[in-house]
Amino acid sequence: MRKLHQVAAACAIGAAVLTTSALAQTPAPKKEETGKDIAFNRTKGNCLACHGMPTVPDAESTGLYGPPLIAMSARYPDKAKLRAQIWDATAFNPASSMIPFGKHGVLTEQEIDKVTDFVYGL
Amino acid sequence: MKQQTIAKLLAGLTGLGIALGVATAHATPEQDRQEFIKYYTAKYPNIKLDDYVYGALAFDADSKAQYDAIMEFPPYESQIEKGRKMWETPFKNGKTYADCLPNGGKQIAGNYPMFDEAKGKVVTLENAINDCRTANGEEAFKPGDKNTFGFLTAYMRTLSDGMLMNIKVEGPKAMAAYEDGKKTFFARKGQLNFACASCHVQNAGVRLRSELISPAVGHAVHWPVFRGGDNLVTLQNRYTGCFKQVRAVPPAVNSVTMNNLEYFHSSLSNGLPMKASVFRK
Ligand code: HEC
Ligand code: HEC
Repeated sequence: MRKLHQVAAACAIGAAVLTTSALAQTPAPKKEETGKDIAFNRTKGNCLACHGMPTVPDAESTGLYGPPLIAMSARYPDKAKLRAQIWDATAFNPASSMIPFGKHGVLTEQEIDKVTDFVYGL
Repeated sequence: MKQQTIAKLLAGLTGLGIALGVATAHATPEQDRQEFIKYYTAKYPNIKLDDYVYGALAFDADSKAQYDAIMEFPPYESQIEKGRKMWETPFKNGKTYADCLPNGGKQIAGNYPMFDEAKGKVVTLENAINDCRTANGEEAFKPGDKNTFGFLTAYMRTLSDGMLMNIKVEGPKAMAAYEDGKKTFFARKGQLNFACASCHVQNAGVRLRSELISPAVGHAVHWPVFRGGDNLVTLQNRYTGCFKQVRAVPPAVNSVTMNNLEYFHSSLSNGLPMKASVFRK
């Protein structure tokens, strides 16, 4: 059910600025998607819309809504807290413009785990 | 880094009232407008209020220069010309739009949307044009239709170039419509959980990917726009695009929700000069 919902949502965003031209750049998912794939994919995490990743060379034309993601394991010794931020940023800052990826089902729990691992390594 | 995060959160907090629409509840429209202006000008003291009519271009000199060059020889002239023909062609009964709109249809676009006490609702310029058509025995145009309203208003609004936006909110019913529009503007929506304010207040002047975000003040004065040079987009069709972007179901064009949103949103541009039919990326 969740899956269907997500597919429908993905179809609905054809016109979105958040996705334009991105689809062409994202390689067709051959095997299993990595955390980085999900974070970069404009129809999934699209983290680069808002965050720079100074230590990742191919993180290009990044937006500035949020702070750069760097030295994350030092800043989030507790990985669960990092995951919680990604799952629902509004829990920590009600005015946050960050998308509540878990709470609103934008990413699956498994996808959030992978993204958390990826971001933790930045 | 921690420092920077805290600074960022604090910066977010100063705008919290307006970003959440809390501090501004039950303010007069003029107070709201002033508060928006205060918020933007505190953040960007070097950008003149008059330049807000250029939207995101006001924040980027290179794009503004490109815009100026394109505006010298607009690629959409033929569409405005179509609109001029429509405007000048009499109805079957021999009357024209100029006969039935206030002031011959000149210097009036900045008064719309207006609240019509008799009808008890907000009337957009498109609505006024349709009223004119039906009163003269013509069929109403479809709201937001590019090939009719689009062309016609692209020309008709140029007759109001230079007029200052002048949205009036008087009386309790008008105020209720205004408040409803304001609520839509500040309410988070869609799977991605954005309010209009999340982008056009909190993040005005900030990049989302490589896209600079425009402030809401100055948003309503220059419609329709021609995106990419010749793709005509009306104001409510732009709203529709922004709703879809956050994976929300857009209200229908010309619905009460959309018209009230346009009413509130337009009043934020009060005092700024109209300039119809401009280029946008
Ligand atoms: C639309 C904007 C937006 C998107 C998309 C976005 N974020 Fe954020 N993010 C923010 C903002 C703004 C903040 C600042 C804190 C807050 O307001 O929550 C933030 C903060 C964070 C933080 C805390 C940073 C710190 O310095 O403490 C992490 C971690 C984070 N985001 C990860 C992600 C990941 C991973 C993704 C993609 C799956 C993502 N963000 C997508 C806007 C965004
Ligand atoms: C996720 C971010 C986002 C949200 C939320 C959003 N917009 Fe936008 N909007 C944009 C972007 C990006 C543009 C194109 C760049 C620009 O002009 O700001 C834009 C452009 C516009 C424009 C055209 C400005 C011009 O001069 O061409 C208007 C008007 C507008 N938005 C109104 C709204 C309204 C009303 C809402 C709420 C229903 C809304 N937006 C929600 C991102 C957003």
